[in-house]
Amino acid sequence: MNERLRVNPILCTGHGLCAELLPEQITLDEWGYPMLSDEPVPQKLRKLARRAVTDCPALALRLAGDR
Amino acid sequence: MTAAVRSIATGSSVFGNPVTATVEATRLPRMLPTEQPMDLQSHLQVHGPVLYRGGPRMLIHTIESAGLTGRGGAAFPTHRKLAAVAGQKGVPVVVGNGAEGEPASDKDKTLLWSSPHLVLDGLQLAAETVGARQVHLYVHRNPRLVQRLESALGERARAGLDRITVSMVTAPARFLAGEESALASRVEGGAALPRFTPPRIFERGVNGAPTLVQNVETLAHLALISRYGPAWFRAVGTDAEPGSMLTTLRLANGSGGVVETAIGTPIAELLRLNEQRAGAVLVGGYHGAWLTPEQAGRLTLSNADLRPLGAAVGAGVLAALPADRCGLVESARVVRYLALESAGQCGPCLNGLPRIAAALTQLADCRATPTVRDDLRRWSGLIERRGACHHPDGTVRFVRSALTVFAHEVALHEAGRCSAVSFEPFLPIPAESPASEEDWT
Repeated sequence: MNERLRVNPILCTGHGLCAELLPEQITLDEWGYPMLSDEPVPQKLRKLARRAVTDCPALALRLAGDR
Repeated sequence: MTAAVRSIATGSSVFGNPVTATVEATRLPRMLPTEQPMDLQSHLQVHGPVLYRGGPRMLIHTIESAGLTGRGGAAFPTHRKLAAVAGQKGVPVVVGNGAEGEPASDKDKTLLWSSPHLVLDGLQLAAETVGARQVHLYVHRNPRLVQRLESALGERARAGLDRITVSMVTAPARFLAGEESALASRVEGGAALPRFTPPRIFERGVNGAPTLVQNVETLAHLALISRYGPAWFRAVGTDAEPGSMLTTLRLANGSGGVVETAIGTPIAELLRLNEQRAGAVLVGGYHGAWLTPEQAGRLTLSNADLRPLGAAVGAGVLAALPADRCGLVESARVVRYLALESAGQCGPCLNGLPRIAAALTQLADCRATPTVRDDLRRWSGLIERRGACHHPDGTVRFVRSALTVFAHEVALHEAGRCSAVSFEPFLPIPAESPASEEDWT
């Protein structure tokens, strides 16, 4: 199953941890808020992606399957 | 004008006598009375009582044949929304949405004031169609309007018209108060702040129940279609976009008001562009788009004509900017208002909109930095599709169309000049804004 990163923009407070863990998929805008890749998370990054999700201090990040 | 189609609806009156109502299909307005606001007695004389169908889903096919779409702005097919809510597990909630937050639109207030019983009929029919047991009417906390609607509900209760008691919920005077997820939150008793979706409101809305939110004008059309049928509804409008719609007009000479017009009417005719010279035309309100007078002059009020240009009929706002005003000055005022109306919940909107507004204001004042165009382009890209609601996207649409339509004026301002003869504000901005900044209930 393809999984993509999704952020709840209301919960996100721009800690920026996710972008440090997963720069391949997440960059920060000029105000420190994450911009996520539209591409599915590749196999080799799955573990890091899951860590980004669990480590998000605002619990704003999640991995969502194809709909 | 085509030959008038007549449609007849009969039903038992609440007073015991059969009522026969006839309404000419091509005659407009259908919803707005030409003289006095309609009280219950005159409403019953013209239209007769609500024709309940006796069970859920009975009206869906009729609405589908009519081709009714939502008149709140999104133009979503009404029958699909009805079917989606009726098909959910759980007992649905129905909310009539009359909280138009758009300062340039007056059509929902006007409709609620002058034909409340059409809306309230539609609310009952929508509730029957989806099998709801809880019905709300959501309107701005305008004391006169609220009182009038409460007395209309009282009249109906005494006449035994309503099967489900309607509760009124008031909205704060905010641009986003009518956004569906903000509405759901307010109806639950909370603040009218947008939420992050999914789940969508039709799946999980008010207190987790599947929720049907319909604009009040859509409900009035639904009530009329249930009486006079799909063919009657389709006697005006286009094949693809049948029926009439309420439109708030602002003409270049300062006159205007709410009119009911057939979809597909030439914009030039509605705004009298041949008599009154306009600098530009705003279509669809403050989340809408500017058009040049030439573009507007050859288009009709329909999504078929407007969508290819990135515009849409939206909630039916049409404004002709007087030729002596500066479109950049007007747009900067609007965008400043939109920035203040951000709920401030999402980082990109919270950070991006004030910067966009400030840059546009500097440009309007002829004191922009050399990087202003690049900044506006970059910030617009940064906030697009990154909000929980459509506020950033709608604002970006407005800003981009302003920069395109007023490109000549942008160049002029960068050179320190402005073509305006008058700086008297044209587009309406609520006077209290942003005094109510923290007030979301």
